[in-house]
Amino acid sequence: MSGLALAIRQIGYENRAFWRNPVSAFFTFAFPLLFMVIFNVLFGAGAAGFFTPGIIVFAVVTATYTNLAMTVTIARDAGILKRIRGTPLPAWAYLAGRIGHAVVIAFLLVVIVAGFGTLAYGVEVPWGALPAVVLVLVVAAAAFSALGLALSGLIPNAEAAPAVVNASILPVLFISNVFIQMDNAPGWLDTVSHLLPVRHFADAMMKLYASGSAAGVPWTELGVIALWGVMGVVAALRFFSWEPRR
Amino acid sequence: MTPAAVEVRGLRKSYGQLEAVRGIDLRVERGEVFALLGPNGAGKTTTVEILEGHRQRTAGEVSVLGHDPGRNERALKERMGIVLQQTGVDEYLTVREVVQMVAGYYPRPRDPDEVIALAALADLSDRRVKQLSGGQKRRVDLAVALAGDPELLFLDEPTTGFDPGARRQAWETVRGLAALGKTIFLTTHLMDEAQALAHRLAIISDGVIVATGSADELIGATSSTTRVRFRLPAGGEPPERFGAQREASAWQLETDEPTRTLNQLTEWALSTDADLLDLEVSRRSLEDAYLQLTAEAAEAEAEA
Repeated sequence: MSGLALAIRQIGYENRAFWRNPVSAFFTFAFPLLFMVIFNVLFGAGAAGFFTPGIIVFAVVTATYTNLAMTVTIARDAGILKRIRGTPLPAWAYLAGRIGHAVVIAFLLVVIVAGFGTLAYGVEVPWGALPAVVLVLVVAAAAFSALGLALSGLIPNAEAAPAVVNASILPVLFISNVFIQMDNAPGWLDTVSHLLPVRHFADAMMKLYASGSAAGVPWTELGVIALWGVMGVVAALRFFSWEPRR
Repeated sequence: MTPAAVEVRGLRKSYGQLEAVRGIDLRVERGEVFALLGPNGAGKTTTVEILEGHRQRTAGEVSVLGHDPGRNERALKERMGIVLQQTGVDEYLTVREVVQMVAGYYPRPRDPDEVIALAALADLSDRRVKQLSGGQKRRVDLAVALAGDPELLFLDEPTTGFDPGARRQAWETVRGLAALGKTIFLTTHLMDEAQALAHRLAIISDGVIVATGSADELIGATSSTTRVRFRLPAGGEPPERFGAQREASAWQLETDEPTRTLNQLTEWALSTDADLLDLEVSRRSLEDAYLQLTAEAAEAEAEA
């Protein structure tokens, strides 16, 4: 089989294993919806136009970055990566399989969150800007997957994974127009948030949700996200480990 | 001469200041079951992981099926199977799914159901790996290693943690694989395992090979080869010329001339009316040879 066929086959096995843990699968999908319900209660349905794209960003980042950094670290400590490394499966095909599965889950989440926003809160999906929306989602999913793999290489062991992953992403989500609007934030914090990729992902989704096709393709935001993605790939190549760290 | 399955010359591996492998030479022929025997920490796993391509060597020449394992080549991985010391498969997949998944990585895999039967997992093939016991998971490991129908199989302490029954069963599986013409490279710290399975073995101690050969050759290479053990009625003592040593409630002596010694011993017993109770004549075991060889190596090291 070619490497590409093996990668696609690997997505299938990852997917099968994922659904065999129904509790984990249920909360993966219930989690963002729970956030939407809480935000709606706290801020009123008028805020749904802000928090629907915000939760889409949150869902994509969680399904790719958080999920890969944790599950790949756990798989590494369980010896699964080392075992794969001893077979002829090309390393990139295995990782592409894991990333592919994460992206499938991320897109399911996007559909669920966008659908819930429309049905429950009347937030229109920007159909006119669909190509731009898909482009942003694809670039962001790829970039955050690469960053997740890079982070996994820096996590010493599986026990430390949740703490390290959460500490690296939750503060960033809070200063990136995802949960809280940054309109009243001090200038320096706004500057910091603009150096990070989540802010640009959120701003791009916000623009597309607010103005539809009139927003055009958010090239600046895409550029920053892609740049972080490239840094993620470089760091992953440098730090990624196939064996448990001692 | 056909090329060896594994050939190693002057292999060294250092971790910082620590030199785990200090210049070893090995040659494993095709179709041979070879055991690398040594205590924990002697360098067994380091050596086998260099051969598997999991670790890079510090110095020396290594050839596995004609390839350099340090190059991480797919062509080599397609021809070998590896059982690591620890399991590592996705526990939410069934045994059959895991074997099928891995079989797909190889150009000429063995039929997954055949592999499952070889690893004695036929009754468990639809069970998720998560639901298996520790020993059963080790068999999944073996099945995964066999999925690609490898020419060369690495088994790193394959029966550690097995109960005696499971160990015998695993030995039968290894013998079956050897009968199919596979080359098997085994590491173990269990003498009986090496003796039961290996055509040839090498004893490694503190990062160096202290002896190589068949179990019989290694036992023969160390001086006294037969052990005689007996008890005497209370207060009895054998004459000093036999050189017998007290071992708990029994007497034990070692000899290179068992026929002569036994004759003399029984003659003495008959003439003095001393009964030789629980008389036992045994060959020196591989364990004795092993302990002597590793002790000699440590002594030589201390003198140097």
